Amino acid sequence: MQEIEHHYEDMDIVCERPTALLDKRMHYCPGCGHGVAHRIIMEAVEELGIQENTIGVAPVGCSVFAYHYMNVDMQEAAHGRATAVATGIKRCRPDKYVFTYQGDGDLAAIGTGETIHTVNRGENVLIVFINNAIYGMTGGQMAPTTLLEQKTSTTPYGREAPFMGNPLKITELLAQLPGAFYVTRQAVNTPLHVRRAKKAIVNGFKWQALNKGTCFVEIVSNCPTNWGMKPVESNKWLEEHMLPFYPLGDMKVPSKEELENG
Amino acid sequence: MGELRLMKGNEALAEAAIRAGMDAYFGYPITPQSEVLEYLTREAYKRTQCTILQAESEIASINMIYGASGAGARVMTSSSSPGISLMQEGISYIAGAELPCLLVNINRGGPGLGTIQPSQGDYFQSVKGGGHGDYRLIVLAPATVQEMADFVQDGWELAEKYRNPVMILSDGALGQMMEKVELREQIDRSKHVIPEWATTGKKKDRERNFITSLFIQPEEMEQVNLQLQAKYKTIVENEIRVQEVQTDDADFVIVAYGLSARIGRKVMELLRADGIKVGLIRPITLWPYPYETVSRAAERVKGFLSLELNAGQMVEDVRLAVNGRCPVEHYGRMGGIIPSPDEVADVIREMYSKIQ
Repeated sequence: MQEIEHHYEDMDIVCERPTALLDKRMHYCPGCGHGVAHRIIMEAVEELGIQENTIGVAPVGCSVFAYHYMNVDMQEAAHGRATAVATGIKRCRPDKYVFTYQGDGDLAAIGTGETIHTVNRGENVLIVFINNAIYGMTGGQMAPTTLLEQKTSTTPYGREAPFMGNPLKITELLAQLPGAFYVTRQAVNTPLHVRRAKKAIVNGFKWQALNKGTCFVEIVSNCPTNWGMKPVESNKWLEEHMLPFYPLGDMKVPSKEELENG
Repeated sequence: MGELRLMKGNEALAEAAIRAGMDAYFGYPITPQSEVLEYLTREAYKRTQCTILQAESEIASINMIYGASGAGARVMTSSSSPGISLMQEGISYIAGAELPCLLVNINRGGPGLGTIQPSQGDYFQSVKGGGHGDYRLIVLAPATVQEMADFVQDGWELAEKYRNPVMILSDGALGQMMEKVELREQIDRSKHVIPEWATTGKKKDRERNFITSLFIQPEEMEQVNLQLQAKYKTIVENEIRVQEVQTDDADFVIVAYGLSARIGRKVMELLRADGIKVGLIRPITLWPYPYETVSRAAERVKGFLSLELNAGQMVEDVRLAVNGRCPVEHYGRMGGIIPSPDEVADVIREMYSKIQ
């Protein structure tokens, strides 16, 4: 077979890894949305020029090692407690940009109490919530956001509401709280969705400086490994099954006055 | 001489925290220590602009402590037994990530919801672990309102020196009783040196800082454990605090800490009036424990009584130190009952008559 010759020197770089994301091989499975989510968060940090003033909090779950990739100061929280840790940081370092990165089990099961109270207090932090409807790290068990009839390793015959409860729309719930400043649901399964999700993350960081409450960005993501699908197939399944139940879009947006009187 | 005031133990502790330059307090109400949070919300912010936050639970409190300490702040939480139980996971993380902080347990009777009256039933939990994994807290046991105040600044200094959580283990009686207390001068918290390991934003001239207790490779995790054990050894070598009262000529020794030591002192006086030469060893640090002091006494005396407000917890450490050289008994009351000195003196008379 003929070898392909590359002449990089003749090409312009139009897209590269953000410097705020370390050049490391990630431990995530092929096709997993975490890599894209990490990237857009760090692109936002870089574009806003806040790398020196950003402190992140990693969860327990697949993204437990987020601090291996994100080149900002970070803390690794106990399972579910990321927003409490973020509260402790932000209260003592109010001039810093503080964010958490949490999965569905972390944020909406074991950490539900901390999540609700952090948003209710209107802590000036950004919460990024990755919803892939399953526990990834422990091997594909039911999550609070697992869909009805969805099969997981602990719902082998599909999730049934009378026995396992209903999937929790925690983002809709949080949007009701007065402490929430900006609440939105995005996804990372298509280039369009990725661009919109990044815009939401940028807003979530930017508006933290206004000190007007919590910014909350849900990202509907995939888990090809534990869903038992190929990556492309999983993104299609996300579109067809996740998005009808977890519709994308803003649930609470600041008014013009709120943004102008910052 | 510092300012003198008549104060409740809990309020003296809170006042001392403000004066010691506390940056943040996170806590949740629970009897018999709610005065700490009440006093701080009333006094602290207006005087030093520090953070005081009533959290939604003890679990949230301890994780806020983790975050704030990781960001380099001088932080404290306080609670009582059931609340401290809830915090144990967080305490283990804090010990694992080597974060300095001050934890206060105003011990009440247990197990379970128990009672709001004083107890020393949390000795095991405080000094033997409590949470998961091989870690240690430095545990200070005040016996007076003065020590409730003094151990706040002392505790933070130890915590910061060793990057280790420090616990003040007190009880409901010391928290609620009023005594004279001499207060230290106000420390200007704006002069705190923020440690270089803290997450304060990655500067261009340094690598990012991260706070974690996760080391997934067993070889690495073992090294982390070995480093922790080396640190604990240094603490054992340097930080044991103990008070001895009339042990020089003693034939019999009471070992007691905190509130029990106050009772023990009265018992000692009663028995000395009867001609029984009793001395008192009061461990001030419960970990590291003053094994050597107890061991030295075991060379000379005929017996020990470990006096505790529990079913017999510290007595195990006394027995370890004595190592069979003479009889060691325990006496204690539980459920919030405080024994009278006469009651304890009778126990010692009985025991002493058998070992003459």
